[in-house]
Order: sequence, then C-alpha cells, then structure tokens
Amino acid sequence: MKIKLTFWKVVFLVIMAMGLYSTFVRYFHGLGAVSNMNDQFPWGLWIGFDCLCGVMLAAGGFCIVGAVYLFNVERLHSVVRPAVLTAFLGYLLFIVGLLFDLGRPWYIWHQLIYMNPHSVMFEVGMCVMAYTTVLFFEFLPNVLERFHLTTPIKWIKRVYPVLIILGILLSTLHQSSLGSLYLIMPSKLHPFWYTPALPFLFFGSAIAVGLAMTIFESTQSAKAFGRHLELPVLVNLGGALLVALWVNALLRFEDYFHRGLLGQIIKPSYEAYFLWLELTLAFLIPITMLSFKKVRLSPNGLYLASIFTVLGFITNRLNVSLTGFETYVGHHYVPKWTEFSVTLMIIAMGFALFGVAVKYLPIFPEEEHAVQRHLRPEAGSVVSTPVLGHAGD
Amino acid sequence: MSKALLYDATMCIGCKQCEGACAQQNKLPYDDKVAAESVQSEHKYTVVMTKDDKFMRRLCMHCEHPACASVCPVGAFHKTKEGPVVYDVWKCIGCRYCMVACAFAQPKYEWGSLNPRVRKCVMCPDRVVAGKQTACAEICPTGATKFGDRDDLIKEAQGRIRDNPSNYQPRIYGLHEVGGTCVLILSSMNVEDYGYPASAKIGDTPMPEYTGRVMEKIPDFIPVWSLVLGGIYWISHRREEVAEAEAEEKKNGSAR
Repeated sequence: MKIKLTFWKVVFLVIMAMGLYSTFVRYFHGLGAVSNMNDQFPWGLWIGFDCLCGVMLAAGGFCIVGAVYLFNVERLHSVVRPAVLTAFLGYLLFIVGLLFDLGRPWYIWHQLIYMNPHSVMFEVGMCVMAYTTVLFFEFLPNVLERFHLTTPIKWIKRVYPVLIILGILLSTLHQSSLGSLYLIMPSKLHPFWYTPALPFLFFGSAIAVGLAMTIFESTQSAKAFGRHLELPVLVNLGGALLVALWVNALLRFEDYFHRGLLGQIIKPSYEAYFLWLELTLAFLIPITMLSFKKVRLSPNGLYLASIFTVLGFITNRLNVSLTGFETYVGHHYVPKWTEFSVTLMIIAMGFALFGVAVKYLPIFPEEEHAVQRHLRPEAGSVVSTPVLGHAGD
Repeated sequence: MSKALLYDATMCIGCKQCEGACAQQNKLPYDDKVAAESVQSEHKYTVVMTKDDKFMRRLCMHCEHPACASVCPVGAFHKTKEGPVVYDVWKCIGCRYCMVACAFAQPKYEWGSLNPRVRKCVMCPDRVVAGKQTACAEICPTGATKFGDRDDLIKEAQGRIRDNPSNYQPRIYGLHEVGGTCVLILSSMNVEDYGYPASAKIGDTPMPEYTGRVMEKIPDFIPVWSLVLGGIYWISHRREEVAEAEAEEKKNGSAR
C-alpha cells in the first residue's frame, strides 16, 4: 500500500513537472510553439478535451443536484457532496484550461464588458461564469461546516432552492450550447457529427456522463479512501444510466435515420471507424452490460460500464471537435506532447484537489450525518414556517 | 450603399502588385520570398495563385452576414455599413472561434506571437470611408480587381458574362454564397479548383442563421424552463410539506 502511494506520487510529480515545462513554453514562446494547432486547425486538444469533455465530465453536479433536490430522490443524498465537489473543481479547471487555450487570456474579462449576444461562445462564457459562482455557493457549506460557521450556512440553505434551479437552468443552457458552437460549421464538420440536433445530443450526453462519472468517482473514492461502498446508491445510478444511454442511442439513431445517413455510417471509411469506436464504447458495451441484472447489481460491473460510457462520450466529443474536421482540412491533427502534458497536468490537479478536499472537508456521508443532525431542524423550520402559519388558521 | 470588389480572373495577369500594395497598406513585410508564398497567412492577407496559365486571387470575402462577427463573444469583428468586415484587436480575447466558423477559412492567427492577433484582409476601411478605393484595386494595372458599389459591380459582372459567354463560367461567385459577399468573382475556371469552398457546400443561407435559430430561442427558453424547474421543485417538495404540516397539526392538536 505504501509503495503504491509513492508510485502515484511520483507519477503526479512527473506529470506536474512536464506540465510546468509546457506552461513555460506556452506563455514564453506562444501557442505555435506549444501546440500543433495552426490556421487549418485553430482548435485542438485543449478545446476538444479540456473544454468540451471537461464540462461534460463535470455534469454530475447538476444531474445529482437535480435528482436529489428537484425531484426529491432522497436515496441519492449521499453522493450530492462529492458530485458538487467534482463539478466545482471541473469548472475551475475548465477555466484554467481556457487560460492556456485563449490567445490573449489576460483580456478574458472583456467578456463582461464587450458582449455579443448573438455569439454562442458568449452565452457559454456567461453561463459557465455564473454556474461556477452557483457551484461555489453549493460547495461553500462544506467549508463553513468544517469551521462550524452555522449562521452563513443557514443563509445559504435559505436560498438553496434558487441556487438549485439557477444551477440546472444554467447547466441546461451551456451544456447544450457547447454543441451549438458547431452549428455554424455545416460545410466543415463531417456529416456524421454535424447535425442540427447537436445541442440536444450534447445535453443528452452530459446527463449520461454525469451519471456515469458519479458511479465512477464513488467507486474510485471508495477504493482510494477506504470507504465502504454504498451499493444501493450505485444500483440506482446504474439504472438511471441505462435509461439515459437508451435515450441517447435513440436520439443518435433518429438523427441518422432522418438525415438518411444509416447506409453511410455502416460503410467503412476513416470517419466511420472513429464513429464505430465511439458508438461501441458509448452505447454497445455499456448498454449490453447494464442490461444484465447481475452487472447492474455488481459494483465492479457498474464501475466498468461507467468507464466505458465516459470513454465513449469522450471519443464522441473528440470526434466532433477534431476527427470531424480532418477531411475538410485535408490532413490530420495530432496534438504535440506539450499539449497532452498540459491536459494531463490539469487532470492531475483535479485528482489532487479532490483528494485534498475529501481529506479536510466533510464531503462524504460519515461526516455528513453528524452535521446533518444539527442542521436539519433549522433547515426544516425554514420550510415549515409558512405551513405552520396555515396550520394555525 | 455597400462597397465591394469585383475580381475578374480572366483579366488577371498574375503580376501580384495587389499583394505588394496590400502588404504596404497593412505595414507587412513583402519581398520575393513572401511573393513566392502561395498561401494566405498572418503576414499575407491576399494571394494570387497560379494554375497552368490561369490566375486566381483569394482574400476575405467580406460577407454581407459575416460568421466571424456573429460568433465573436466580444464583438471584435463587425460589418461596417460601407462593406468592410473590420477587426478590433483590443477587444479580442483570442478564442479563435472566428477562424473555425469562417466558411472561407480567411482569419489567420499569429501563432508565434505572445500577444497574438487575428489577421485578415479588412478591405482598407480607412480608405473606403474616405471615399477612396482599396489599395489592391487602385494598383491593379488591368482592372482585374475593381472597386465600386456592390449593386453596380453585380450589374457589370452580369454584363461581362452576357457579352462574352464563352469567356466565363455563367456565375458570379459571391452573389448568393452564404447570403452574399462583398467580394465577387468572375472566372473561366471553377473557383473551387483554387481552394474556394463549393457553392453547393456552403449554400446561400447566411452563416449566422445556423446558430441564430438556437440563440433566438434562449430569451423565451429561460423563463419557461425556470418555471418548469420551479414547478417540479414545488410539486416534489409539496408532499414533504404536507406531511410536515400534518405532523405539526397533530402535535399542536395534542398540545391544545
């Protein structure tokens, strides 16, 4: 166990060292030196993975918050905090990634004063900014509890319904708008991935991946922090994931059917290979797996299915953002190692920050129960005050 | 009245004086080495290409409904009423959405710079506003690049095709493409052979409409979706409230 820990620490340090070198190249020699992006491929791995996939991987936050607080699915309560933490970190790291990718990141604040409401990018930017703020307040109680500051928690609890609804509204908008970004490129993006349905597909995949990521991180943190696994929660999430995958698969099928592409997607071609890879990972394997009750009830089965789902939809977004442009451009884009190392560094930072947060903050239910006990009555009284008023009549 | 450029490839002699004039106007280096470059770049906004003994010029098309201006999150690009699509470097944050969105792949980037700018032909806006023609049109010795009002140039181009039908492909590239552009091209060859996107592929729909169809629904979507979400919240928490109220009532009742 000790050796394993040291091993991962070494890996972490190597990744950070390479990432810092690439950061130096990025800011002292420019985007051309650090990446294989060029005038034909102005958007590379950093947009394709760090931004498009990053936001998708952080979707667990709004999915779980929506399920628990909006639809009142109490059983999932224990995963709310880790999901919100993942989302908060995810969006912070998305912004870090953006600071690498933007050519003039020191002017990022221009977004707030020179607004172009016609721009999808503007909408995404504003939503991400606002949603990160919402996530900050959804996450803040963890820190406040740590320092036993109950009064500000009470204030946050009071506006919690507003925060929740705002968070889901903003997520709906920008998760789908990430797909809308590509709507303006009908002549460039390959028809396998260019579709007017892009915003719907992006929103749908965000929900599936949000659920898969919650299964993944619950299992992962159970392994890493030696917590006991709450199987019933995972089983519920697995069922929801299966439904989400079916809905996504149906949407994809309908889209290809209505655009008359079904014949084309089964014919071998460069794009078709990537499409098959994506469809196999995202739909074929996890749907088949989850269709077996035995898999749905087994922690390892759920864990594997969630990994396939996540990999599948990552492939999907990389296809939309990279593969889909290669025929138009006429050559391949392969990221430079420095691009990979920045991405890896950001992911490593995510894992490290998650570990630190779990260590010092009451993220997992064991700690939560104690706090809940002294919080519940107050939260309850806020809700029941108007009811009490009626009761007296 | 929008100004435009008409480029007639059949009149072009490939002297590349437009390239030189463009470089001078935009304070870019220009020598034999740059002249020999056959692609546009951050230091070459326009290029005259040679194929067999035919020539073709490329430059920003200055769309009537420019994609670059519609996608820019900070509005660094905008279409002036005189026709040029201009760029405000101060606003630019470097997201490069303009480059991905442009159907003609015109915006180029200063990849080597630490404070990079998007570069493209801006149709000499200072000269155009002052009533002068663009640098490239002014220097063109044969009149292959001609500056004028868009409507007049369209009439002239139609006239040239009518008078000399054997000399031209029967179309004006830029008349309807992506909703019309302020650079119009006449040629005996397929412009597609020189790297221009095919008319059928880019279509006649103004590019901003593709995203506009979604964006215009957002102001309606926000209140409706908020209400739906609020409604769901209210309904799903109602049962809890009722249960709590009943419990309270019972307690109150027994206390009385």
